[in-house]
Amino acid sequence: MSSATLAHDEAHEGHHTSLPIDNRKLAIWTFIGSECLFFATLISTFLIYKDNHPKGPGPKEIFEVGLVTAGTAVLLFSSFFVVMALNGAQEGNRKKMLGWLAATIFCGLFFLGMQVYEFNHFYHEGLGYTTNLFGTSFYTLTGFHGTHVAIGTLWLITVFKDAVKGNLPPAKALNLELAALYWHFVDVVWIIIFPVVYLMSLRS
Amino acid sequence: MATTALEHTHVAKRSTLVEWLTTVDHKKIGILYGASAFLFFLIGGIEALIIRAQLARPDSTLVSPEFYNQLFTMHGTTMIFLGVMPLSAMFFNFFIPLLIGARDVAFPRLNAMSLWVFMLGGLFMNASFLLNAAPNGGWFGYAPLSSRQYSPGLNMDFWVIGLQILGIASLAAGVNFFTTILNMRARGMTLMRMPMFVWTTLITQILVLLSFPAITVALIMLMADRTYGSSFFSIGGGGDPMLWQHLFWVFGHPEVYILILPAFGIISEILPVFSRKPLFGYSAMVFSSAFIAFLGFGVWSHHMFSTGMGPLADTFFSLATMLIAIPTGVKIFNWIGTLWGGSLQFKTPMLFALGFIAMFIIGGLSGVMHSVAPADLQQTDTYFVVAHFHYVLFGGSIFALTAGAYYWWPKMFGTMLSETIGKWHFWLMLAGFNLTFFPMHFAGLLGMPRRIYAYPAGLGFEMFNVMATAGAFLLAFSILVFMYNMWVSARRGVPAPADPWGGATLEWTIPSPPQEWNFTDEPVVAERDPVWGMKRAAGVRTLPEPTRSSGQGIHLPGPSWWPLVVSVGILIFFIGFMVKKSWAFPFGPITIAGFLLTAIGIFKWAYEAPDANAPKH
Repeated sequence: MSSATLAHDEAHEGHHTSLPIDNRKLAIWTFIGSECLFFATLISTFLIYKDNHPKGPGPKEIFEVGLVTAGTAVLLFSSFFVVMALNGAQEGNRKKMLGWLAATIFCGLFFLGMQVYEFNHFYHEGLGYTTNLFGTSFYTLTGFHGTHVAIGTLWLITVFKDAVKGNLPPAKALNLELAALYWHFVDVVWIIIFPVVYLMSLRS
Repeated sequence: MATTALEHTHVAKRSTLVEWLTTVDHKKIGILYGASAFLFFLIGGIEALIIRAQLARPDSTLVSPEFYNQLFTMHGTTMIFLGVMPLSAMFFNFFIPLLIGARDVAFPRLNAMSLWVFMLGGLFMNASFLLNAAPNGGWFGYAPLSSRQYSPGLNMDFWVIGLQILGIASLAAGVNFFTTILNMRARGMTLMRMPMFVWTTLITQILVLLSFPAITVALIMLMADRTYGSSFFSIGGGGDPMLWQHLFWVFGHPEVYILILPAFGIISEILPVFSRKPLFGYSAMVFSSAFIAFLGFGVWSHHMFSTGMGPLADTFFSLATMLIAIPTGVKIFNWIGTLWGGSLQFKTPMLFALGFIAMFIIGGLSGVMHSVAPADLQQTDTYFVVAHFHYVLFGGSIFALTAGAYYWWPKMFGTMLSETIGKWHFWLMLAGFNLTFFPMHFAGLLGMPRRIYAYPAGLGFEMFNVMATAGAFLLAFSILVFMYNMWVSARRGVPAPADPWGGATLEWTIPSPPQEWNFTDEPVVAERDPVWGMKRAAGVRTLPEPTRSSGQGIHLPGPSWWPLVVSVGILIFFIGFMVKKSWAFPFGPITIAGFLLTAIGIFKWAYEAPDANAPKH
């Protein structure tokens, strides 16, 4: 869902809210709360099946920490970038907003590219989706995370387009903040996936 | 709506069908939820009647075993996801904004989307009957029975995909109502002044938001097993069927409270009004509801005692389950405390509310019996369990929802339901219900298994089954009486005043049925049971009948096609997964078309001004 969906969907603009938080922001936080359980279930499933690879490669044979560390770093930085972009939007500093927003989007695209490369690489190493349960649960978890990154990137691109057209004055900075909240969440999920999926699997 | 039509001629030009298809009015959405859920409820009821007809005699061959599997699967799935949940949603939609003094929900178009996604998902799942491929693996869809290997047909595809679609509706509504309740309350309505139905709705949404993701993921994995040939739940590929059971019940048990907490709320609204005294122990009621919801996440494995989890897990889940009896008991005693010393008025809503308390106690007690793991091993998969959950789901939820229907019908439609027919309805339903389900306790303890399509003579099951079948038809007759009552009310019902029952909450201060904008002046609340406060202050028993206003200057969101478009897109998207595919090409043309339609709908929606096509005031 794009920022503007929520932006326009408020029933009563200017209506007082019972809590000191905008409806859309509360809704995004609520949605994020629900999403936590979504990823918790996927991560639990991965943990149950990560050592289940009688056929085909397992995590030790296949994971390459170098590349994924780079992806993780880029995603982490993007969270910082989007905060700077939001700061620019709130100040009405167009240049700052557009610059940092573009950097954030670039990071998102880089991460997605990293994932496409990784999936392709793993496939050529002999790990298909149904080769073994380690592979199935790995692809399902990281695939859904990647889908979230893709949606977040698309959302940020939409906001960027609005910003270029001059439709993101400080009064509407919330439109960017909503996308940013979602973006932070997607990053946080990766902060859990990186050690739990990659680092722990390498040790055990 | 006569006023609306007069005031806004360009709105009147829109046809009625278009008006309903594009509505974002929470009251119209509520009525659509109610109408479609009642239809699904009737379908589920007919399925139950065929089941009972088949079981009336031993060794019966009325239906084939294969069709019987479809019947009990669709009966359970329908009654839970297409009956009780959306009937509760009808009351959430129509009454939450009214009870908190708001003009609509926080996100009216998202609300419309929830409705259409639910309706299309329900129609999709029932369309399976047309292909003679209705789901046939039980409402719990245990894997690997539900995997491609053991359920090769389209049957379980309909189930997996149907539930996935319905889950989207529930999650969207969960976000919407959570936000609405926390943020759209009238000035002065603090959390501890909210009507109890608002509280239980809020807690229900928390349960939806936290439990549905588990089944969403489980269904994704089952869909992957079925569509792409993975082996999450297939033993041959190293998968663990217990994972399905855990994920299903970690959703499934909170789901039980999703079904009953709204009922608790409705009862807590009705009892005070017809006892003429405030709800006893309001704070205890709030905290016990929250405690039930909290514990509800720690008891799921009591559905799995027979799977051999070991003594530690069995003990934990036994104790946690027994613990839930405490907040539930608190509620029951508080309801009795509300009645105590009140000046009781036995109107139809009150009768159903009292029936609820009695029936729910029976169901609750047999539930405590299940919590004892060794005893549960004897009861698992017998008719004793069927008796238990019908006492809480029908004796509990359906009795409460019917009480709510009688209580709120005048507000929704502006005419009264007949008290005489209503009382017939109540006594027939109470008799029919007990005749159907009480004998099942005995059949179950004698060892009659669930889900069997025939049983041999001479095991002592005959009499109990004849009683249950007779009761089921009596129960069905009582529903016909209810429908007759609705028809009479629609045809020549007595016009309802704004406040027919002497109510305590804000919906009774506005005309019946409410105007599009609900409250001409936004209400300000200074206490719990605000309308009783107003009456006390004015020294009257009934407030003067409110006048209908022109709604001058009130800003309302305009109708929109996009929620419906997005819903159709979501439906098409998921239908694409019914075709078995190679994982290398995971998305077929149907899925891609559905995705594009959804995406276009979301973008159009996002850039549609909220008051496009809105009536001007």
